[in-house]
Amino acid sequence: VCRVLFEVSQAPFPQAFVGMQTLKSRVLVIVALVAMSGWALFPRTEVVRVKRDGVFVLDTVKRVPLKRGLDLQGGMHLTLEVDQSKQAVADVSDALDRALKVVRTRIDEFGVAEPVVQKVGTDRIIVELPGISDQQRAEEVVQKAAFLRFQITDESQALEKAIPRIDGIIKAKGITVAAAPASTDTASAAACGLTALMQRADSAAAPAGDSAAPTASEGPFRRAILPGQMPGQYLVASRDYATIEALLQRPEVQEALPPGKDVRWGVDSILNGTDAYRALYVLDSRAIIDGTYLVNATPAQDPLEGAKVDFQFNNEGGRRFRSETGRHIGDNMAIVLDDKVMSAPTIQSAIGARGQITMGGRDLQAAQDLALVLRAGALPVPLKVADGRQISATLGEDSIDAGIRAAVVAVVAVVLIMVVYYRFSGLLAVGALALYVLFTLATLAGFDAVLTLPGLAGFVLSIGIAVDANVLIFERIREELDHGKAVRTAVEEGFKHAMSAIIDSNVSTILTAAVLYQYGSGPVKGFAVTLVAGIVASMVSSIFVTKTFFLVWLQRARGQQTLSI
Amino acid sequence: MLRLLHGTKIDFIRHWRTAVIVTVAFVALGFGSAAMNGWYKYAIEFTGGTLLQLRFQQAPDIARVRSTLERAGIPGAEIAQFGSATEYTVRAQEEAQVAAQADGASGVARKISAALEAEFGSGAFTIERTEAVGPRVGAELRRGAVIAVLFSFLVTLAYLAWRFEWRFGVAAVIATAHDIIATLAFMKLLDLEISLTAIAALLTVIGYSLNDTIIIFDRVRENLRRNRREPLYDTLNRSVNETLPRSILTHATTIAATMALLVLGGEVIRPFAWIMTFGIFTGTFSSIYVASPILLWVESRWPRQGDARVAAQSARA
Repeated sequence: VCRVLFEVSQAPFPQAFVGMQTLKSRVLVIVALVAMSGWALFPRTEVVRVKRDGVFVLDTVKRVPLKRGLDLQGGMHLTLEVDQSKQAVADVSDALDRALKVVRTRIDEFGVAEPVVQKVGTDRIIVELPGISDQQRAEEVVQKAAFLRFQITDESQALEKAIPRIDGIIKAKGITVAAAPASTDTASAAACGLTALMQRADSAAAPAGDSAAPTASEGPFRRAILPGQMPGQYLVASRDYATIEALLQRPEVQEALPPGKDVRWGVDSILNGTDAYRALYVLDSRAIIDGTYLVNATPAQDPLEGAKVDFQFNNEGGRRFRSETGRHIGDNMAIVLDDKVMSAPTIQSAIGARGQITMGGRDLQAAQDLALVLRAGALPVPLKVADGRQISATLGEDSIDAGIRAAVVAVVAVVLIMVVYYRFSGLLAVGALALYVLFTLATLAGFDAVLTLPGLAGFVLSIGIAVDANVLIFERIREELDHGKAVRTAVEEGFKHAMSAIIDSNVSTILTAAVLYQYGSGPVKGFAVTLVAGIVASMVSSIFVTKTFFLVWLQRARGQQTLSI
Repeated sequence: MLRLLHGTKIDFIRHWRTAVIVTVAFVALGFGSAAMNGWYKYAIEFTGGTLLQLRFQQAPDIARVRSTLERAGIPGAEIAQFGSATEYTVRAQEEAQVAAQADGASGVARKISAALEAEFGSGAFTIERTEAVGPRVGAELRRGAVIAVLFSFLVTLAYLAWRFEWRFGVAAVIATAHDIIATLAFMKLLDLEISLTAIAALLTVIGYSLNDTIIIFDRVRENLRRNRREPLYDTLNRSVNETLPRSILTHATTIAATMALLVLGGEVIRPFAWIMTFGIFTGTFSSIYVASPILLWVESRWPRQGDARVAAQSARA
């Protein structure tokens, strides 16, 4: 469709007398254009993938093939960048290519009708999710690293041994944390709640005190970190969490942490009576297996454990998992997702290819999302949202309604002006304007262009500008008539002389629109496309279509001496 | 035959001094107001920051919204009514908040909606739109917009130099520059912010104004060829007069379209409609009062020599 439109718009105008033959072919071209435009805009059946009751189904819908931008149909736009705040990435473009695949798989499974996931330039991924309004959830699905590791909890009380040293360092370096004073009473509160655990802690701490100075035992770590319910697990009162987390981030403290061990927070709070605690785990750094062996993950609801995710390893992973867990029977295995411990069950017997992750009281949707990101695989690099927009569907609908109302009023006004001023010729121009609207919309559909709100505004505006070419031609014809030329000659000359002004002015506008398209983004690009489609269509309709109308009229009213213009 | 302003013989060029005074006064007014009330407001997409458009069930107490946000650690957020009495925009554009978005753009938006939900209760409002832009994206867009405007100048200049003559190109570009400056002054007077849509409108104004200028210049080109002995001053005047009916009519139809947008197009598109409406006026004004006198001036400064079009004579005349 588009190619034909262009060819026609560039076709030179027959300078000589237009015979019956040419007239026929002109009418044919118009009929063909109208037919093609009608076909391009005809509501068609399309197959869309939708999620229904949690299952993907292919569904057919019937609709006009005009794509609406996110600002008109509601939805979410995200621009993602590689997050280099923690670690520099050498080849950003390559890393993004790999991340793109993962993000695309995740989004495909997320259940959005027509998502857009694409790389822009070398350092960005844009994600467009029509109809999605839960921004936070979508961002989590896209951004979750989903790096899964299984690690055995530490049984050598490595942290206990290191605490005096760490507290010593904190004291020696004079590190203070704003929230520190509050921790004293928290510690005593914790002591009441967990008396049994405290006793065990005392006995555990005693042999570790070899190098500890007596003063260091009152450091923040000693005060806040309480032993937990299993080897390698500790509890920190929720109020102390920020303090300890801040301390753990200090390079001096990190150096003093036991070598060969990872210190990781548990994902959920643990309630003990009225007190809330965060679990802190010390794990063997070596993972017994990681998520790369994972082949499937499905959400499930368990009456006892609540929402959970069942997963399955491939053959190699299964063998490895079986032998490793066989060696660690009785130990606790921490399931670590993105450096957070999901749970740390005790290994009862060797586990094969299947396992499960309990969601710790979170709902089934959380399990669904986790299963989804596990299936899609881990992100090769961390991503951050550089730009996020979300528009509700109602706002989009309001915008369309307002746009259509404005378009209708604009059309009516333009029709009135043209008919009142140019009478019969004005009517011909109005006919051409109708075709203009048809052609523009068809071109947009043919190019698969996206109609945005600024685009819609541009379209309304172009209705006013579209008749400009006709006005130029009509004024020319009037001038020729003033010079005493016959109607047919005046029409011919009018079209001929107006041509250079029409071409030059339109081409310069197209050039501006092209620049807009090149440098604009999202909605503005949509505006530029609509503008260009409008200009091309207006040239075709005002030059070619109107002239044909005139020729048909001249043919029928042979010998006509006057022209209503 | 209904005719408006047909066969006029108005000496447009003579009034160029008045035109200069009008333009300069208008621009001075706009930029004077900018100097008094602060420089332009840039939209979220350029500065980075967060914007939320909220639809409340009942008109909320703005002071309460503001104090809630301040307590939530978002000071200096701008809260403005947007269209109806129940719709408001909240924007957090301060540097601290923009910087906070470097690691994830939507954090501030979440903080705002959580704080408001805690204060007004969930369901008291719906979020119609959020925009969260990190600082880097904003800086890039700003650069892109400037490049776009400059580049469109270059492209136009080249096209006109090729189709007409460099003198016409220079006059057209200066007229267009006038339109941009005047439109910027207008935007300041209406306190419209500089957004991507505003830039799009500005570029459309450029296109429209050029269109207008070209149509007059096309007539000038033709009259120069046809009437070699006439002084350029008269040729220009004649060309403007001859194209006047067309200018009036195209104006009527275009203004009809922008007015429809202005009144019916909705709140989001209103700034665009304002800029276009003004742009159509300034575009026509500059085609007549800026482009033509400048063409005359350029011609007298650098008369063409030995050109078949023999405009040199008229320039000396």
